[in-house]
Amino acid sequence: MITQFRDWEQNRHTYAKAWKEKTGGKVMGYFCTYVPEEILYAANILPVRILGSHEPHDVTEAHIFGMFCPFCRDCLAQGLKGKYNYLDGVMISQSCLHIRQAYTSWIKHVPIDFSYYLPMPNNIQSTHAVKYLAGELAQFKVAVEKWIGKELTDEDIKHGIEIMNENRGLMQQLYSYKKNENPLISGEETMEVAISEQMVDKREHTPVLKELIDKIAGGAGSKNNGTRLMVLGSEDDDIAFIRMVESVGATVVTDDHCVGTRYFWNNVENNDDYLEAIARRYCERPACPSKDWIERSRIPHILSLAKDFDVKGAIVIQQKFCDPHELDIPAIIKALNAIDVKTLFLEFDVTVPLGQFKIRVEAFLEMLQEDDLF
Amino acid sequence: MATQKYKTETLKCWNKAKEIRMNFYKKYVDAHDNGGLRWAGGAWSFGAIPAGLGNDIFPITGEPYGASIAFNKEFSLRCLEATERKGYARDLCSYMRSYWGSIILDEFLFGGKFPKPDFMWQDHICCSHAKWYQVANELEGGGIPTYSIDVAVGPYQDVTDNKIDYIVNQMHDGITWLEKITGRRYNDELLIEAVNQECRATSLWAEICALNKGIPAALDEKSMYSLYVLGTLEKHSKVVADFYAELLDEMKYRVENQIAATPNERCRLMSDTQPPWGFLNVFRYLEQFGAVSVGSLYTFGLIGVWEDKPDGSWGPRETPQQKGIEIKTRDQALRILTDWNLSKPEWQHFYSPHIKSDMMIRIAKEWHLDGIMLHYNRGCEGLSLGIAENRLALIEAGYPVMTFEGNMGDEREFDEAKTMSRIDSFMETLGMKNIV
Repeated sequence: MITQFRDWEQNRHTYAKAWKEKTGGKVMGYFCTYVPEEILYAANILPVRILGSHEPHDVTEAHIFGMFCPFCRDCLAQGLKGKYNYLDGVMISQSCLHIRQAYTSWIKHVPIDFSYYLPMPNNIQSTHAVKYLAGELAQFKVAVEKWIGKELTDEDIKHGIEIMNENRGLMQQLYSYKKNENPLISGEETMEVAISEQMVDKREHTPVLKELIDKIAGGAGSKNNGTRLMVLGSEDDDIAFIRMVESVGATVVTDDHCVGTRYFWNNVENNDDYLEAIARRYCERPACPSKDWIERSRIPHILSLAKDFDVKGAIVIQQKFCDPHELDIPAIIKALNAIDVKTLFLEFDVTVPLGQFKIRVEAFLEMLQEDDLF
Repeated sequence: MATQKYKTETLKCWNKAKEIRMNFYKKYVDAHDNGGLRWAGGAWSFGAIPAGLGNDIFPITGEPYGASIAFNKEFSLRCLEATERKGYARDLCSYMRSYWGSIILDEFLFGGKFPKPDFMWQDHICCSHAKWYQVANELEGGGIPTYSIDVAVGPYQDVTDNKIDYIVNQMHDGITWLEKITGRRYNDELLIEAVNQECRATSLWAEICALNKGIPAALDEKSMYSLYVLGTLEKHSKVVADFYAELLDEMKYRVENQIAATPNERCRLMSDTQPPWGFLNVFRYLEQFGAVSVGSLYTFGLIGVWEDKPDGSWGPRETPQQKGIEIKTRDQALRILTDWNLSKPEWQHFYSPHIKSDMMIRIAKEWHLDGIMLHYNRGCEGLSLGIAENRLALIEAGYPVMTFEGNMGDEREFDEAKTMSRIDSFMETLGMKNIV
């Protein structure tokens, strides 16, 4: 059912190179999901999220001090090792300090035509954030126009919004089926779909996603009747981990990750000022912890996910040294426990100790199952 | 023992600096006795803005308080462990963990219970800044009005009206918010006075540091820590600006009379990031080799505000008053305050380590350095950001670089013996021998 998505995810570089050859278009590597892909699609640029490889490496120690998260170092390693040598540009939208270093080292040490630092506001709760971001998007649009040698019209931007909205809407629909008892798609399969959407042209991803949804709506697929879990926390594209979790009697039914629901949970709403509409979407999307202040908007959102998807427990994962999540995790665990959703905390590195984690997940599931008995 | 090359003498204004510092904490604690208010926030927060609420508004700034805790190793450990027991990770900012620990234990470093602020007023450029006070409020039991201003709009070289407007608009909202939560009427004249004093103080500090280009260095970095700290406490206050004016005069006297911080100066260094506060003896150890750390981008630019001078050198930024600009309105004051702070050297590397490398190389050249000691500081992700790239750039520029790993506020992450051993090796590579 998800063969195509898996193929895209596993052969992401082959796909991007082929896309480039086929279309003659430019490919933009991006480091954070606050990047406004709408503008890139408007310019017929393929946005490809730069992710790590989950393989040990020895090339980033000279560039990033070891107290920063393994994810940012793994991403940079891919650049230094030439894995993304087909990129025409790289960009980042401001989020945490950690991933920012992957970007700043990349543009210094990996030759690239175009680079852009978009100063996405952190105070997204301010009434001034949307206007500010709209202004920054206008500046970014000009930079892109200069780069591609073509002015982007309102129609182009509108088209970019439509491409993104359609794909996000379908992902929301896919997740809605995961609210069902014994959902017909597993957490591992969902993750393959979610990762691939961040690196495949949405115009190719969307029709395949529609087919998948039609199949699920028609009752295809095998039932996943494990203990219902959610996973949340730092960046997580560790498919092997999710596979292990589901192999011992769990079904991951939802998540709060940037490779997951945070990426597609809301759409750009209609507005005559397209850039302002895009800005509003990014300011109002489920927040990254680095932007979740002064009010904690993440907690009610996470609790709502937990209730809507009827989860029994939550695995809270954190990339080692990930300060933004470290600042949220105690409050989130407390809030989940208060609504009787038990939690298991796990710290991730570039590679994770699957054997040890398996024992901990099994123990966690046993604990949850005992709750059912009594 | 080598013959003394230069004469040296203690700073005449040293005790005054210590008095100002202790008085800062005392005024905060005693604020309520006379109907005043307390606020808590970061050393970089726009303190000039709450100053417009009256002359009885007293801050406590988190980072210098955390550093003070670090100096008291017994209390520091208790604070850090109290925070860990609440579930917070050991690798978070150690100032923040110390500050939170002091709240959790309900103990103030300088005696008594932790004095609860009436409101929190913060800015945000590092991932931890606004979150620090979000959590602090929760640890206080909640209900403390808290406001944070996002200043992360990119480096000063790329500043635009859109970026300035975003910050200024948050400030205007902040003033409305301050009036609402305190029930006080805002006084623009006090704001304007505070903005002028902040520009004056931070420019004066840069001028003081620029005088350390002279050989011998009139100040060593260990002494500078006790002086720059006043700017981290209350950079907008007249007391601090006046003190820096007095210190500047003394510096000029020292430079003119070749009065050295280190009598046997033979080797000039700089460090980077906050030092391990419990182990400032590292700097005394350097003196045995005739080595002096003359400062750093951290001590120069955390508070000091700089600009390119007509002769191509780096010097204090000319203040609005020096330019003959009279601030007349609230909006004008806020715009000047924003522009002034956005040019702060220690805010630039948050967007690019390469801008910081350029500034460090510039310091190395203009301050006539022989080598650089980089503190890979596990306690501060903000100032350690990009430090490995800084190392590469400095090496490429031809400067010998030593790194040592530690933590400004968590002694469990500092290996004193290993650091001293590294210094021995570094001195050997620089051709320096122990002369004591």
